[in-house]
Formats: sequence, structure tokens, C-alpha cells
Amino acid sequence: MATEQTQGLQARGARDIATTTEGTRPGVLLTPPVDIFEDSDALTLLADMPGVKPAHLTIDLHEGVLTITGHAEPQQGSNEVAVVHEYPAGTFQRSFTLSEAIDQAQIQATLRHGVLRLRLPKAEQAKPRQIKIQTA
Amino acid sequence: MIVRQLRPWSVALNTPTNSFAQMRRDMESLLERLTGVTGEGSTSGVFPPMNVSEDQDHYYVRALIPGVDAAKLDVSMVHQTIAVSGIRQSPEERGASYHRKERAEGAFSRSVTLPESFDGARVDAKYVDGVLTLTLPKHEAAKPRRVTVQTS
Repeated sequence: MATEQTQGLQARGARDIATTTEGTRPGVLLTPPVDIFEDSDALTLLADMPGVKPAHLTIDLHEGVLTITGHAEPQQGSNEVAVVHEYPAGTFQRSFTLSEAIDQAQIQATLRHGVLRLRLPKAEQAKPRQIKIQTA
Repeated sequence: MIVRQLRPWSVALNTPTNSFAQMRRDMESLLERLTGVTGEGSTSGVFPPMNVSEDQDHYYVRALIPGVDAAKLDVSMVHQTIAVSGIRQSPEERGASYHRKERAEGAFSRSVTLPESFDGARVDAKYVDGVLTLTLPKHEAAKPRRVTVQTS
């Protein structure tokens, strides 16, 4: 069984924590797909949350667990009848455990076109550093 | 110690990495891709997922396409068919190593045929928060109309 080698982020899907976390709103709890990539300064997380306005997005950081929650308003009007129904309206939620390699005070978030971009800068000691070798 | 070795899965369930949950998620996503059936409702497995609904005067076609440049979205229609296509790309990240890649990326194209004809000249298209909403007014002939029955 492969173990994940993520440094600084471990993903826990919404379905895994279903027993401890329950949505307080009626409706489906959806897990947004994410991309996580890392460069020398920071970890970046991209999450697809279409239909979520910035006012309805909450990012919670509590004891090293980062939780993103986005509520998408139902799009269908009350007098509309569905012809094709492929996706439900619901709340997006996903949690991540951050390691100490992340500088938690400097996390930045932007929401544009339904994509949440989280920039998690690495703490100073986690950045790659060159050590100069002194001769004599 | 021997007892623990005989039942390794009970230890695995309590570990943070929880490889069983990851395996279940991998199997579910594999099944979704093969059969097009998800836990949250059926899809055709094609990106983007679309909802079509109607009321008395309009058709509403909604597609979830987060993260696209609206100028690159192509919406076209012929007869009763609407086609939506475009390219979804993340900005190139130089020197980045991916830990996880779950978001679909690349070119996409989907078409949907509506049961009745609509007025193509008065179609309204909006792209807000990653949701493309097309409002298509129905032709007069497609709207339900009452006929008064006269006696004698």
C-alpha cells in the first residue's frame, strides 16, 4: 500500500471524517478536487469550488488542521423543472493537516472563477538552504 | 505482538495516513471513471458536469467550469443543440513538484440537445464564480397554451 510523501499537507476527504464532522446546512456535502504542488518557497493548493462566492467561503485553521468550507447557493429557481441533472447543489468541504513546515500566519487565499488558491509559505527552517563550505 | 500481526487492519484504521480510506477513494474514483456513476448522482463522466432545467418560458443550461478564462469559452448552437467547449489550464508552475493532481485539465467539449427549440437570437450567457449559465427563451410554439373549448 503506497503511503503519501506529502510534506506539510495530508488530505482527509470529507467522506473520511463523516462521523466527526456533520454539515449543519441541509444538502449534500461535496469534496472538492484539489491540486497540491510545491516550489522552493511555498506550497500551493488549488481547489475547485464552482458557484461559491467569497462571502460564502470560510477557511478555518485550528490546531494545525486547515478546513475549507464553501457554500454554493442552489442555482435552480423554485419554479424550474430539471431535464438533466448531473451535479447537486451543496457545500464543499475538505480538511488538511499542516505540518510545522508551514508558516501558518502567512497563508494567503484568493477565490477567482470558482477556484480557491491557497498559498502556504514554508517556514524559514523548511526552505532549502545552501551551506557554504569554508576551507581551512 | 503476535496478535497485532494477525490483525494489522485494526491498527491501520487508526493511523493518520489511513491507507484504507485512500484505497477506497482510489477505487471509487476508478469506478467513477469507468462507469460514469458517482456516489453523488449520475454523470456521463465527462467534464464539465451540466444541469439543464426548464420553466414555462425558458431553458436553463448550467455547466460547472471553474477556473477558465471567459474569453476562451466557446458557446455555439445549431437547431436544438448547444455546444460548450474550451480549454482549462493552470498557469505554468516552473520548478514545482506536484503532490496531488485531482483537477481535470485540458480541452473540453460537450453538447446537449434540448427537447424543444429555442430562440437563438435572445440567448443570455453568464459566467460567474466558475458556473456558466445559459438562459434560452423558448419559442412561442413550444410554450404550453390553453385552448378554450366552446360549446355550441
